[in-house]
Amino acid sequence: MRWALVAALVVLLALPAVLSSYAVTLFILIFFYGFLGQAWNIVGGYAGQLSVGHAAFVGVGGYTAAMLSIETGLTPWLGMLVGGALAALLGAIIGYLGFRFGLRGFYFVLLTVAFAEICRIAVSNIDAVGGPLGLYITFTGDPRQFQFQDSRVYYYIALALMLVATAAAWAIERRRFGIYLAAIREDEAAAEALGVNAFKYKMLAMIVSSFLTGLGGTFYAFYLFSLQPNTLFGIPLSVEIIIRPIVGGAGTLLGPILGSFILTPLAELSRLYLGQGGLHGAHLIAYGVLLIGVVLFLPEGAYPRLRRLLQRSRLASFSGHPRSKPASRPPLQ
Amino acid sequence: MDLTLVLQGLLSGLLFGGVYSLMAVGLTLIFGVMRVVNFAHGDMMVWGMYLAYLLAARGGIDPYLGFVACAAALFALGFLVQRGLVDQIVDSPHEMQILLMLGVALVLENLALVAFGPEPTRVRSPLAAATLWLGPIFVDVARLVTFVVAVALTLALSLFLYRTDLGRTIRAAADNTYGALVIGTDVRRVYAVAFGVGAACVGAAGALVSPILPFQPPTGLALSVTSFNIVIIGGMGSLLGAFVGGLLVSLAESLGAVFLKPSLKELLSFSLLIVILLFRPAGLFGRRPS
Amino acid sequence: MARGLSRRFGGLQAVAGLDLTVAPGEMLGLIGPNGAGKTTVFNLLSGFLTPDAGDVRFRGRSIVGLPPHAICRRGLARTFQIVRPFPRMTVLENVRVGALALHPRAPEALARARDVVARVGLGARERVAAGALTLAERKRLELARALATGPALLLLDEVMAGLNPTEIETIIQLIRGIHESGVSILLIEHNMRAVMALSQRIVVLSFGERIAEGTPTDIANHPKVIEAYLGDEYVHAAPA
Repeated sequence: MRWALVAALVVLLALPAVLSSYAVTLFILIFFYGFLGQAWNIVGGYAGQLSVGHAAFVGVGGYTAAMLSIETGLTPWLGMLVGGALAALLGAIIGYLGFRFGLRGFYFVLLTVAFAEICRIAVSNIDAVGGPLGLYITFTGDPRQFQFQDSRVYYYIALALMLVATAAAWAIERRRFGIYLAAIREDEAAAEALGVNAFKYKMLAMIVSSFLTGLGGTFYAFYLFSLQPNTLFGIPLSVEIIIRPIVGGAGTLLGPILGSFILTPLAELSRLYLGQGGLHGAHLIAYGVLLIGVVLFLPEGAYPRLRRLLQRSRLASFSGHPRSKPASRPPLQ
Repeated sequence: MDLTLVLQGLLSGLLFGGVYSLMAVGLTLIFGVMRVVNFAHGDMMVWGMYLAYLLAARGGIDPYLGFVACAAALFALGFLVQRGLVDQIVDSPHEMQILLMLGVALVLENLALVAFGPEPTRVRSPLAAATLWLGPIFVDVARLVTFVVAVALTLALSLFLYRTDLGRTIRAAADNTYGALVIGTDVRRVYAVAFGVGAACVGAAGALVSPILPFQPPTGLALSVTSFNIVIIGGMGSLLGAFVGGLLVSLAESLGAVFLKPSLKELLSFSLLIVILLFRPAGLFGRRPS
Repeated sequence: MARGLSRRFGGLQAVAGLDLTVAPGEMLGLIGPNGAGKTTVFNLLSGFLTPDAGDVRFRGRSIVGLPPHAICRRGLARTFQIVRPFPRMTVLENVRVGALALHPRAPEALARARDVVARVGLGARERVAAGALTLAERKRLELARALATGPALLLLDEVMAGLNPTEIETIIQLIRGIHESGVSILLIEHNMRAVMALSQRIVVLSFGERIAEGTPTDIANHPKVIEAYLGDEYVHAAPA
């Protein structure tokens, strides 16, 4: 398995040399949404705290970096960190309110949606940050201002972001942090009885997740050169963020990545063929149907199912038995 | 500050509250019986509105008559959603139910977007133009009729739940699934009916409000939030709470509209939701033990 | 050690002015009819409920008001009456969660978890998902998880409920072994034979109050105990 991943990584690194510029764009989107999905995965998948308002962190991160760049000329390379920090602060506030007041399940979902919408409406109404029309960033192509002529640079940055988020998730998964998150997700009270400070770990997950998502906001802003409150803080973006890890496998390391590789091309295709004027809603219908489908037929996501299928066939070929039942879970590291 | 304006606002709010009550009653019924949080509630209501619009525009049927058809159509939708979808995941963790209803909401909202476009619509009704005067305050006849019909429907619903056999069965199943199963109730059918009734409420509410309120597909989210606000204030699962809550919230919104900028109305709604979420006593977090 | 512990639920005084002491290394049984408040006491001791009045001291310091995870880390662990395994984790992973309280690093926690799992006799079922275990196995898992946190005092809540006589025998041996290794135990049980066999001392609770305390033999013949369980017609019946 390790070798397959390394090989895939090498391929991805080499790809821009042979891809058309449209394909490069597609991959940038795959990596970017994979990154956002992985960041969400830390709190939504591993910790099991469903947030449907993660767009708020993208918005905070993006707007912060953009405003700092426009008003003070601060390079977005630093602005990204400030944006991430502010997003983490918002995440801490939402987390504190939600976890201290014992909001679980759909109450927590409502909390996150409410915060995201409040941010959206507030930003729409503040002319100093561009109001409903948003902000525009003038294209200078200056790398120190996080702008590049060659879109292949964006490709590598997006890939790096996705790898960073995945590395973070991996580091969390194998240590006490991740194990405790899984326990909290399974049964918070039982975990408490075993010495797990649920509040602390949920907060940590929320802060890490929102920080990373905030970083993504800056990328978004300086890749697309425009920010609108409805796009950057809106529910459609939150849905884009969560659908990939959910379809791919929430709470797994490769789930968000797999989900993005599956869904992003599909979304782009539907946008191409159906997206003539206002029909961009069409791909959201597909998302809705997919969500329903996943819940009904594939609740743990595509990646775990795939892994089991591969294991079963591998076991069968090794032992020569057509149907040997594998261990109910893969071996621990 | 004009007292007349305030009084006007209060009256408007009260009358509009009938619709909010009906909407909230539907949501609380669904939660009270099946412990399902219907994230698609607002979007279902918007479909009620669009159906009323179709009936009026294509069939020439006034929404004040057509609401019956809308209610029936939404009943079917609710029944199918419960029977076909929610029923399949009764044993799954609650997050699954949330995601499921989120998916339904996405489908409904964007189907409406694709079918009807993003522009606001309103339904023409001959009653919409008429007004009555009560001293210095005028009463929108449309709103009055809406209020009366909505309240009548809510009363009819409570009669249904408390006086008919099927209604009693639904309440029994809500209180105690296993008990209901033991005495041979087809619980799945009861649940489907309950969801259907809840959806019918919102279908009727949508039709009734379509001449008064301009609507577009994204309205669904705002309506869902308002429904959650009302139901959480009034107590999840409490019909009376939903009814009273609907009137109160509508009054508050109306007064707010008198004093505040319209774009801030939504902001207030969401802020209110957060405050309610934080300060509702933990006892409302009533998940049915498995 | 609990002193003057009180807790109301609405109009119901669940526990009233209870004094309870567990000496180091002791095995204390807590019995009483249904609804006497025994699990409430456990919840009060382990931090899942806060007392309205009274104090709980553990190893010389007050633990009232501390959250459950902090109390666990001080060395007081509990099991739940209705077992709560982490269903999608394996037996080993379940116990590892407990072991992490003692060993923050995952590999060492895993090693300790393996030991504890072997000790409770679930070694062969290490890799099985907790959701697939039998009731008796789940009870042992619950025990193992709490044990993995390295407690000085272990609260066992009706560990034998729902088990058949053979399984009960096994668990009795297990509990005895744990006690002998130096862990103090406070045991809630309905199974009288087990309580009598295991406990060095017994406290009897009825309607939230302590009505009797003493060795197993004392308790068996105590009139108030008989009255509480069977009603006062039996107090004057021939002793067991």
